[in-house]
Amino acid sequence: MNPPVTLSAQNLVRHRDHRLVVDNVSLELRRGEVLGLLGHNGAGKSTTLQMLTGALPPQSGQIQVCGFDLLHQPLQAKACIGFLPEHPPLYRDMRVDDFLLFAARLHRIPSAKLAAALELSKQRCGLQEYGKKIIGTLSKGYQQRVGIAQAIIHNPAVVVLDEPTVGLDPAQIRDIRTLIRELGNGSSVILSTHLLNEVESICDRVIILQKGRLIYSGSSAEMLTNGNMEEAFLLITEQSSPETTR
Amino acid sequence: MIRIIAKKEFRSLVSAPSTWWMLAPMQFLFAWFYFGRIDDYLQVQAQLTQLDNAPGATIAIVSPVCSVLALMLMMLIPLYTMRLIAEERRNRTWVLLLTAPVSAAHIVLGKFIGLMLLIALIVACCATMLFTLLLGTHADVGLMLANILGMLLLAASYAALGLYFSALNRQPVIAAASALGVSFALWLIELTASDTRGFLRAISPNSHFQTLNAGMVSSADLIYFALFIVTLLWLTIRRLNDERCRAS
Repeated sequence: MNPPVTLSAQNLVRHRDHRLVVDNVSLELRRGEVLGLLGHNGAGKSTTLQMLTGALPPQSGQIQVCGFDLLHQPLQAKACIGFLPEHPPLYRDMRVDDFLLFAARLHRIPSAKLAAALELSKQRCGLQEYGKKIIGTLSKGYQQRVGIAQAIIHNPAVVVLDEPTVGLDPAQIRDIRTLIRELGNGSSVILSTHLLNEVESICDRVIILQKGRLIYSGSSAEMLTNGNMEEAFLLITEQSSPETTR
Repeated sequence: MIRIIAKKEFRSLVSAPSTWWMLAPMQFLFAWFYFGRIDDYLQVQAQLTQLDNAPGATIAIVSPVCSVLALMLMMLIPLYTMRLIAEERRNRTWVLLLTAPVSAAHIVLGKFIGLMLLIALIVACCATMLFTLLLGTHADVGLMLANILGMLLLAASYAALGLYFSALNRQPVIAAASALGVSFALWLIELTASDTRGFLRAISPNSHFQTLNAGMVSSADLIYFALFIVTLLWLTIRRLNDERCRAS
């Protein structure tokens, strides 16, 4: 039996400055699945992720999170999502603990469970020693970890990560990949990245966007039948570019 | 949820050094005016005793000092309201609230209450100074309380106005300048409107503050302030809802 669908988006369309940025994109995510969103710069990855999390409304299309319609039942739907945008939304003048507790309260974690949720998210992101630090004084890598910690503190059913390993050193990248794999055991994860080996090592399924259109959807194992991930990605994107198809 | 956002806003405002850099000179100026008024009053006190129905110490000292504070608040509040939404957008922290399970009403009311807590603290500090009059004379406590209520209501009106402009703009400086410009225009309307153009005076929060400043609590003024604040908060909520639910 297939695991239940946690996130479903149908025919998403979005313009920006009179330019079509996302063109009729549909996707589905099941529990326990890690989905990689690939594409060149400007392909519409971040816009798609923003729409999936309610940060940006789509001009047409439907999004359902854990069975709740994101536009008509936003509070219930958003309670099931954890989002790390491209630029982590951090209050630089707050302490790590205070910020994470604020994020936890925003996601309606009961007071009795706050301390445990804080400890768990810090432990998962390697922030145990940094609770009392002011966020603005942390390095970019640790700020990224705080961003991830705020996205998972409420143990959401769907975790959306926009380029989660940007700015991290190799050891941190390894730790975050392990964390994402771990998150994929209980939740659904969708992440955008430019690092193809990242997709190869942690994603179950891959979708590729090009100029706002979805041009490929399949398992990462299927992609690897065309050689290595990089070759497969370039082959798919070149085959579907208008210059090639003309 | 409103309480959580209000608490966070209040803590952020209080922990920002800029808050104290602005409040310290303001308290100094307020104290300067206060002692200046006391000094003026003591100089003319002997002549006042010869007048029938002479003004008391409270109306001669407290009312003008509170008018000055109202003017200071008008200039100060846009600097705080610009932070509430416009600066969050610029710093890209706004997305945290957008993607959290909170409604636009929760966000707007939380931020408004957070700022009002800081304003209440400022007014309380000034009120404490005013109440020192009781140490030296039989001051009119009713008039003092009317002034404190007036300052809080006027400040709440400026805060609601500033919050609306903060929601309209992406640049904090433009949000602050717009809010200050409109507040200043409303103040000028009150100053320049002739008696025959009462309706112009009626739209300015300052003219309604004048009544409370003179010690008269009228239900018409209270209703005006309530309508002014509620309308602007409602417009802010609508603006955020439009942004969140409708694609432009």
